This record gives sequence, structure tokens and C-alpha cells, in this order.
Amino acid sequence: MHGRVKVKSTAQQEEEKRKEREKKLKAFVSARDAVLRKRSAGEHDEEALQLTQQLLSSNPDFATLWNYRREVLLQLETSREKDEVQKLYESELHFIEACLKVNPKSYGCWHHRSWVNTRLPQPDWTRELGLCDRCLSLDERNFHCWDYRRVVVKESGVSVEQELQFTDRLIGSNFSNYSSWHYRSTLLPQLHPQPAPDSASNTSPSPTASPQIHSHRVCEEQLLKEYELAHNAFFTDPNDQSAWFYYRWLLGRAEREEMISCVYVSRERERVSVAFSKPVHAQSEGLMLVLDGQPQQVEWRSTHPRLRHSPVWLCDLPPGSVSDISNEHNLTVHWTEKYTHRDCALYTGCAESWCRDSATDQELFRSELSVEKSSVLQAELQSCNQLLELEPQNKWCLLTIILLMRALDPLGHEKETLAHFQTLKEVDPMRSSYYSDLCSKFLIENTILKMEYAEVRVFSLSNKNLTTLCHLDQLLLVTHINLSSNQLLRLPPQFAMLQCLEVLEADDNAIESLEGLYHLPKLEEVSLRNNQICKLSDLESLASCTKLTRLDLRGNPVHKTANIDSELSQLLPLLCKSQAFVV
Amino acid sequence: MFLLYFKTWRIPVLKICCVHFGYCVFKCVYFSVRHDIACHVTVCSFKMAAEDLPSQFDVVILGTGLTESVIAAACSRVGQSVLHLDRRNYYAGNWASFTFNGLLSWIEEYKNQQKVQITESEQVWRSLIDEGEDVVPLSSVDSSISNLEVFCYASEEEEKEEETKAPLTSCQPVNAETVSEETTGDSTEAQDTVTEPSQSQEEKDSQPISSPADPPVEVEKKITYQKLVKEGRRFNIDLVSKLMYSRGALVDLLIKSNVSRYAEFKNIGHILTCRNGKVEQVPCSRADVFASKQLTVVEKRMLMKFLTFCLDFEQHPEEYQDYTEKPFREFLKNKKLTENLQDFVLHSIAMVTQQTLTEEGLKATQHFLRCLGRYGNTPFLFPLYGLGEIPQCFCRMCAVFGGIYCLRHSVQCLVVDKASNKVKAVIDTRGQKISCSHFVVEDSYIRDEQRQSTAYRQISRAVLITDRSVLPSESDQQISLVTIPPLESSAPAVRMVELCSSSMTCMPGTYLVHLTCSSSGTAQEDLAPVVSELFHVSTIPGEEPSEGAEERSKPAVLWVMYFNMRDTSALDSSSYSLPSNVHVCTGPDGSLGSDCSIKLAESVFHHILPDEEFCPPAPNPEDIIYDGDGPQAEGPGFDESVNTEAEEEGAAHEKNPSTEPAEMDSVADTTPSSEE
Repeated sequence: MHGRVKVKSTAQQEEEKRKEREKKLKAFVSARDAVLRKRSAGEHDEEALQLTQQLLSSNPDFATLWNYRREVLLQLETSREKDEVQKLYESELHFIEACLKVNPKSYGCWHHRSWVNTRLPQPDWTRELGLCDRCLSLDERNFHCWDYRRVVVKESGVSVEQELQFTDRLIGSNFSNYSSWHYRSTLLPQLHPQPAPDSASNTSPSPTASPQIHSHRVCEEQLLKEYELAHNAFFTDPNDQSAWFYYRWLLGRAEREEMISCVYVSRERERVSVAFSKPVHAQSEGLMLVLDGQPQQVEWRSTHPRLRHSPVWLCDLPPGSVSDISNEHNLTVHWTEKYTHRDCALYTGCAESWCRDSATDQELFRSELSVEKSSVLQAELQSCNQLLELEPQNKWCLLTIILLMRALDPLGHEKETLAHFQTLKEVDPMRSSYYSDLCSKFLIENTILKMEYAEVRVFSLSNKNLTTLCHLDQLLLVTHINLSSNQLLRLPPQFAMLQCLEVLEADDNAIESLEGLYHLPKLEEVSLRNNQICKLSDLESLASCTKLTRLDLRGNPVHKTANIDSELSQLLPLLCKSQAFVV
Repeated sequence: MFLLYFKTWRIPVLKICCVHFGYCVFKCVYFSVRHDIACHVTVCSFKMAAEDLPSQFDVVILGTGLTESVIAAACSRVGQSVLHLDRRNYYAGNWASFTFNGLLSWIEEYKNQQKVQITESEQVWRSLIDEGEDVVPLSSVDSSISNLEVFCYASEEEEKEEETKAPLTSCQPVNAETVSEETTGDSTEAQDTVTEPSQSQEEKDSQPISSPADPPVEVEKKITYQKLVKEGRRFNIDLVSKLMYSRGALVDLLIKSNVSRYAEFKNIGHILTCRNGKVEQVPCSRADVFASKQLTVVEKRMLMKFLTFCLDFEQHPEEYQDYTEKPFREFLKNKKLTENLQDFVLHSIAMVTQQTLTEEGLKATQHFLRCLGRYGNTPFLFPLYGLGEIPQCFCRMCAVFGGIYCLRHSVQCLVVDKASNKVKAVIDTRGQKISCSHFVVEDSYIRDEQRQSTAYRQISRAVLITDRSVLPSESDQQISLVTIPPLESSAPAVRMVELCSSSMTCMPGTYLVHLTCSSSGTAQEDLAPVVSELFHVSTIPGEEPSEGAEERSKPAVLWVMYFNMRDTSALDSSSYSLPSNVHVCTGPDGSLGSDCSIKLAESVFHHILPDEEFCPPAPNPEDIIYDGDGPQAEGPGFDESVNTEAEEEGAAHEKNPSTEPAEMDSVADTTPSSEE
């Protein structure tokens, strides 16, 4: 009676689809061949446009065809009136729009669109902006569209205010979109720049002036609004990283002034060591040494051959120039490229001398975050602590709190910081090594600060779970270092910056490599008990430390090597002569 | 005779004629709606004689509400022969949507029905009953609507008489215009006919509410009752007010069955609540919470934390175990949500009462949250042209697969086989005996004798036409859902849906507002206080609000209708004493979603056909193979079919002019039992 509707079987449908595909492929291939023939024949006509249009509308990622299209268009352009050119390119824009519907992330399409707009006698930027908005409303993370939009905005002169409102809108609809947050960070400094610092702080152009340079900063009033926006986002969803990254940007990162932070001269070695505020390549930086008013021809070298860029550079003075202890000398190192210099006086009766900015003076380690008014940072710390109470396991919150605490008072918050690091490692085990390294860095910074407050040249950081060494350039003057009972794996090449080091204790680590014990002129004692030094060849660099008299290798795999004594005496003849090493 | 059309078949070529006391058969060879499929109605015949209706069906369905229509579609889809009847002259029963004029006629019909109780003649069908057969008579009166009250506040310019009488004088010409224009089905043309005053009305609405407009301009822009009637066809006023949960059973079914292609939908843009007389946004999605200005950051965190927990609360039984026997409200308190947040969650997100237990509250919250994001930043959809579209979409699906439709055609009684106590046939209102294996019927056709109990719950409803939105925002074309927490904890919460003109349910410059709550008194008693709290209700029709800024800022009510609708959703098969192959479909329930009706439809379907799939996807038209029984069967290419459709349409148009006046009369007269 009522028969059911008969439906083709799946096999029938499949077969039909297959045939359909084959037919399409055949048509595509023949059209492609025709186009490529035309191109090699140098034909630039309407037909070429039509053929490429057919192909590109089914596959917009065919870059060669876009190139050919551009050639054709340039050719056609020459033979037409302005009105017609406008029409030609407008229809091209329509065509690209159709292609974008096929693939909204086609490099070829977006590039071609930019190009067409440069050729268009009267480009309609409003329309282009509308296109971008539509595209972004479909996929707010389409970076092709973001890129194109930047071009459009630049060309059409959209006001910064409008663009800021645009980011407001996008963030409002979905704040998990770093593109819009980042765009905001480029707009705000233009719209609400930080007022220029008052002239008072600018009067002393000495190298010891504030090391922080504020660029790309935002005025405080706006900044407070932005903090609030970020709070709203990370209180709503504390696991979303976009807002946290933006927040980190808001808190700022100070840029350190480029300067010479320390000059050290040793009478005995007739050597000058210079530390910079960041790694440099001294040979190409226009470094000049003036000794008692006389420019010296010296050769600069880094502390380790593996360091091409280094914050510490050495040079030897001409023999005999400072060796007489009864003479007083004045040294000046000029860094001509940066118009800065540093003096150092070597007084009568002194074996060595230095001139430097201490880390404490520079608030060096607080510059992880900019020195906003500390009241602002304090308020932010409070907000984050409030969030932490609600979300004790949130890693972004923990990390931000650590950074804020460091910016405010690194030593005062040391205990809390360490506790937070411990939680971080537990809640985010995938990044526990990163947290360990970061924690090591902060501990080293704190120890440097403590050492400087105590005005000593002894650096002791034992039993703190250190996993890495950093800021070694700050330890240029240290004579005694104790790194025992940590988790260090190596003494990196940077360790060679410890030019004054006499005693090294690094027992109970997992050190495998001693690369950094290289040409340390004053090193006398090295204790490396219970480490992981396996091969004699690992000890080779020690041969360059000429004053080494005591080396303790007990508890290392290498210690079990057969006839280690003779091997060692061959490797380190100087050391053996003194007969004072323990193996 | 009169002409009715499926509103869902809005393309001119797609028309179904339904005839008073006749019926039409559509053998749909294949279909085209808008872009995807091509449709062809091969036979659209007017049969006047009763015996022309086939005498045997697998399933006879009485009532075209949502549940019945879904069952009709599901049965027809798997090859059952379906006869689908409704005593009314419109589709969808209590789920129907009306134009303003259509609604006025409906009101009129209601009032007439109150006065006249129709006496039935049994003799006609007595002769058709054989030995061994019993008879179960059905009710011919629909008593599911009660306490209907209408008030008009729009100025009436010339006529100052009661608004309920006005439609009779003005209705007919407007109605004629309505039908003829809509049968052309060109909605863009309809858009173009928007007249000057209504455009300026839009401008007025886009202005900030606070700015005082010039009095003379104000007068000019006022919407009069005349205007509402004149533009009446722009309204699609639903009798029930529901939204579609975007992961609810209805949406899933629409997708699964491919019925969704027959309708268009709009997002609900605002989820609002009313606290201390102020309408404000409910932060329910992540973006809302982020943007909310009312919440502190800590509240934001607490709310997000709670909502995240609700998403998979089953995974954390330890969090709510102690509260399973306690109200959800207490659980919320325990979760350290502030008073604000408790209100938001309880009334606007979970939409449950103070007494609801924790687990149910959690489930409701979870359902809401899971619906977010599927179609944008809101959990709800609304069908353009009103909710009445949805049952019609399913009817259409049924018709595509061979179902036969007759409106104004009911069943007088059921013929029950005494031996098996099963219905074997029905006798229709024209005295034809039609045999069937199953009979599906809407609750309102059941007589009280067949009921175990006649105590019903009731839903209180109000329908308002207002002049502006309760929460003006950047875009005035937003659909809003407003939950109004009860003033006393025992009273029910009121749910309000405000529809804008772009939802195609009201004329530009107006808003259509639906209020719903479970009844404690009459609809007017339940809802009038809320109406006067949120809206300006003038004492004299057309009067300007003058009581000060506060009243001015409220939208003015132009027209309002109150009524109660019977809520039979709590009934099940044990509530009736009927043969086992009679399946009763309860009417619309009071909840916001339609899950209850869809679940019922599915369970009835599985009762009828235990081994069949419920609404499997309709096949792609290209994959349908046609038997060579019609001229179209030989390769109905797209272009060709379009031509034939166009021809048919032309033919239909030629037929129309002569029949139209008569049809209009029948609409106005509304005499469902008159026989020719």
C-alpha cells in the first residue's frame, strides 16, 4: 500500500561519489595543464584569468596560479582606462572573497588580496575592514586575517581608539584569545603613553643612573584599568593563560641600561677583567683601555672559548706596566659604541683593585618586573593572594605571586617563595625542572644580595637543591664558593668568569662536566667529592688552572680507574709537582 | 472551504491546500526547501465526498500538537500509513501561533464556545457499529483554556469601544489581505511594505530611552490599536511560550530527523533577571561572567567554580552527598555563594524552585550549561515565526512520507473490539468508519468519563505587546529570557520571554512578551502584579506615562491577554481508562523546554512500533529512487521540476481568486460543525 521510500545503497552512493571525484579530477588536471601552457607561452589575456579563476576557486592554495594572475593583471592594467582598472581589481576582490570561503587560511589568497589593494586606484578600506571583522567573528584566531587586518588598519588610518574598542569587543566575546590581548598591548602605549620622567632624574647621566629604561609603558591611570580587566579574566578562568600573559606584560619588565658594571685589575697577573650588564661581543663593540692616560693596544678575550658573547671579558696589559706595587695607576675602559666608560684606580700597595655597581644598588634582580610604584605592586599581590585562597592549586597564580614578591622584596619573601615553588612543582610536574631552575636562579640572586650586604667575597649556597648556576658574571670577585649538597650536573663554561676564585667546594652534587674550571688563575683548592665524574678526560680543563694544588675526587666513578695516580700526574703535571692533592 | 497553508512552506511553489470537509493528498515526489531539496506536490485534490477518504490506516492521530505531530512524522517516516486529523482550522492545537487577527478570532471562538454547548447527534454513526463492538465517544469541546481576559491600552483613535469587539469589524478585510499576501509567501516583499510611520518607530526605539523626545513627535509615532490590526499579519503569537534548549531533546530530534531544514532559528541574546524591580543581565556563560559589572572578582571566581563543578558534578559525589535529601538552595548556601549568586543559579540558571532537591537542581544547572556554546553564547534557540512552526515542520515530514492531513475534521468516537478491548476503527465527524491499528489522541479530546481524575494543574499565561524592550541595549533586536524570582518563597517564579520583531513574531517597533508560571490563581491574578512592576500599564488607552521618570523608562503595554491553560503533563496512561492501543498525548507543560513532549512522543512511538527506529534521518533527496508511477519519475532534473512547479503554482493562483472570499467567510464564521 504505502511503499517505503527507496534509498540508494551505500555502495551505490560510494560508486557515484567516486565517479564524481574522478570527473572533477580530470577536469582540474586538464585545466591546470592548459594554464601552465599558456603561461609558458607568455599569454596574458582574459582567458588566462578565467582559467585560473576556475582552478583557484576549487583550490585556492595554488601559489603559481596567483603569480600568473598577477602577471596577467599587470599586463591588462597597461591597456585600460582608470575606471576599467578599478573594475578589474574590484572583481578580483570579489573573486578572492569566494576563495576565502573555500579556505579562510590560504596564504595565497590573503597575500593576493594585499597586492590587489595596492594596485587598486581607489581602495575601499572600510569594506576590507568589514571583511576582516566577519572573518574574525568566524574564527577569532585566524592569524592570516589578523595580519591582513594590520595592513588594512595601517593603510586606512583607523584611529587607535577605535582599534582599542575593537579589542574590547573581541576580548568581551572570548577572552581566551591572546591575539586580541597582544594587540591591546601595542595600542595602549600609543593611546595612553607614560608621561616622560621628570627632568630631575635625568640630570645625572653618570653610568650609575637608574638602570631601568621604560619604553612601551602605559600611564598609571590606564594601567589600573587594565589590571582590573586582567583580574576579571583570571578570576573568571584562572587556567586561561592569555590573561596571565597580558598581566605579566602589564607588570612590565624593565630593560636594563647597557653599561660596564665592573672593572677589575690584578697587579700580579697584569690582567684587566671587565663585566658588562649584558653579554656582548667585545671585539666588535669598540672597547678601549686607557692606562694612565695612554690608550693601550690590548687583545680582548672572553673567559671561555665557547662563549662568543659574554658579560665578562679579559685582556692582558703590556708586561711590566702595572707590576710595580709602589706605583699608582688609573685605568679607564671606554665602551665607545654606547658612549659609556668606567674608571678604576689601582693604588700603591694594592695587589688588585676594582670598581663596580653592586647588584643591590641596581636593584638588579627586581627588574624581572618593572619598578612600578611598590604600592601598586603590593595591591596586585593582594589580589593574587585572594585568588590563591580560592584556587590554591593554580599554577599561573602561584607563579605570578612569586614574581610579585621578588619585585617587592626578594629577601623578605624568600620563605614564602620557596613554599610556592614547592607547590608549583607538585601541581605542575610537567614543568618541575623549569621551576627548579627558576628557583635556583632566585636563590642565587638572594645569596648574591646577602653577600653584598655582608660585603664579603665568599659565596655559600649549600644544600638548597640548586639545579643550575646563573648570574656567574656577578661573582667575578668571589674568592671562596661553596656549592655542596645540591643537584648540579655541571660547572658550565660561564663558571670561568669567577676570575678571583681560590677555593671551590662542590661535594655531593651530580657533576659530570668541569668545562667551566678553565683558566682560573687563582684557583688553588677544588673539592668534588661524591660527584659523577667518570672519565679522566673530563678533568682536562683543570690543567689550565695553574695554581691548583689540591683536588679531591673521592666518591667519583673516575676514582676507581686503574692506576689513576699515574694517569693524573700525566694529565696534571703541575698539580702533581706540589704533591698536595687527594684522590 | 478555506485555504490554509503551512507557514513553513514559505516558498510560493510550496503550498498545501486543505479543504473544509475535504482532504488533500500530497504524494510528495521530492522536496525542495530553500536551497537543499526540490519539492513537488503531485496531487493536490479537493475531495468533497466522505467516502473518498481511505477506509484503512495503520495509525490515526487526532490533534496536531507537538507530541502528536512528532509521532505522526515518526510513524510515517518508517512506512506506516498515517491519517492526521485536527478539529481546529489551524495546526498545532495549543502549540499554535496566530497572527494578531488570527488570535482575535481565536479569542472570539473561545468566547462563543463558552456560551454555546454543542449538542451532538449520535444517530449518524449508530448504524456503523457491528456486534461485538463497543463505542467510546470523544469530547467535541476543548476546555483546556480558561479565564481568558483581554485588555487594550493602545489608543483607538476613532473607535472607543471595547477592543474585543473591534476585531469583528476590522478583521475580515485585513484577514483577506493577510492570506493573499502570505500565500505569495514573499517575505522580502512583505518587508518592503513597511510603511513610513513604522520605520520612524524603529528610529525612536533605537534612541536612548533616557532622552526625552519631543511631545509632538511622540504623538505621531504612537502605535494605535488600528495599527496593530493593520499590521496584524506580522505577529506570530504563541499560545505556549517555550524556548529550545540547544542540547535538549527537541533540538536533537530536529537534527537527527533532518526536520530542522524546514525551519529557521534565532539565538536568545539576553538571559536576564529582575531583582528589586530592576532588570539585569544574568552572568551565565564565561564571557558574561568576565564582562559582568555587578559581580566582584571573588564572586566571579566562586560562580565559575560552582558552574564548572556542575558541568560534571556526578564525578564528585563527595561534594553534594550530604545534601541529596536537602533543597538545592541550602546546597548553594553551603557552597559559599553570595546571596546574589544563589539567586542567579536557582532562578535563572537551574530555573527550579526553593523546594527542589539538590540533585535535581544540579542536573538542571548542568543541562543549562551543556547547552551553552553549541549555537553561540546562549543555551537557547527560538524558531523564527513562532513556536507553532515546530509541530508543522513535523507534520510536513509526515506528509512527505505519505501522511494524509485533514483539518476541521475530528473523530466522534472509537470503535472498540469487545473481545480484545482494542480500538479497531474510528468514526470521523462525517460518519465514516476508518479502521486503524493504533489511535493517538491529544488529551483535550478525551471525555471526563474516561479519566480517573479530573484534577489538573494549570499554567498561567500572559501575552503582551509592548513598545520597547525591558532592557534596552546596543542591539534592539534581541530575544530575552527574563526570570522573575517569586516575592514570597512559596509563590512560583515567573518566566518571561521577550521577542523582538526580527524573530518574525511581532511588527517592527513592538515587542511580544510572553509570561508563564504555574498557576496558583487565575492568570490575571498570578501575572498582573509582575506586568505592572515591569511595564507601564496606562489607565486610559493611549495615555502617555506621566508619573515621572521611572514610569517613563518602563516599556508601555499596548495590549495584553491573560489566560490559563490546562497542564496535563503529569498524567500518564494510568490516568485514563482507555483501550490499550489508544495513546493519549498530554498537552504542553509549564517548563521552558519541550523535552517532556518529545520523550512522550518517543515512548508512544516505541509502544506502537517497538522494533522501529525513532525518526531516522530523512534520506538525501538525491539518493531517493522513484518508481515509474508518475510523469515526474523519469529523471526529475532540477530545472525541469522547477518549471513544473511554477506551472502548478500558476494554476493554483488561477483557482484562488474565486475561492478566496468564501474561505474568508468560513474563517470568520468559525462554525466547525456546519455541514454542507
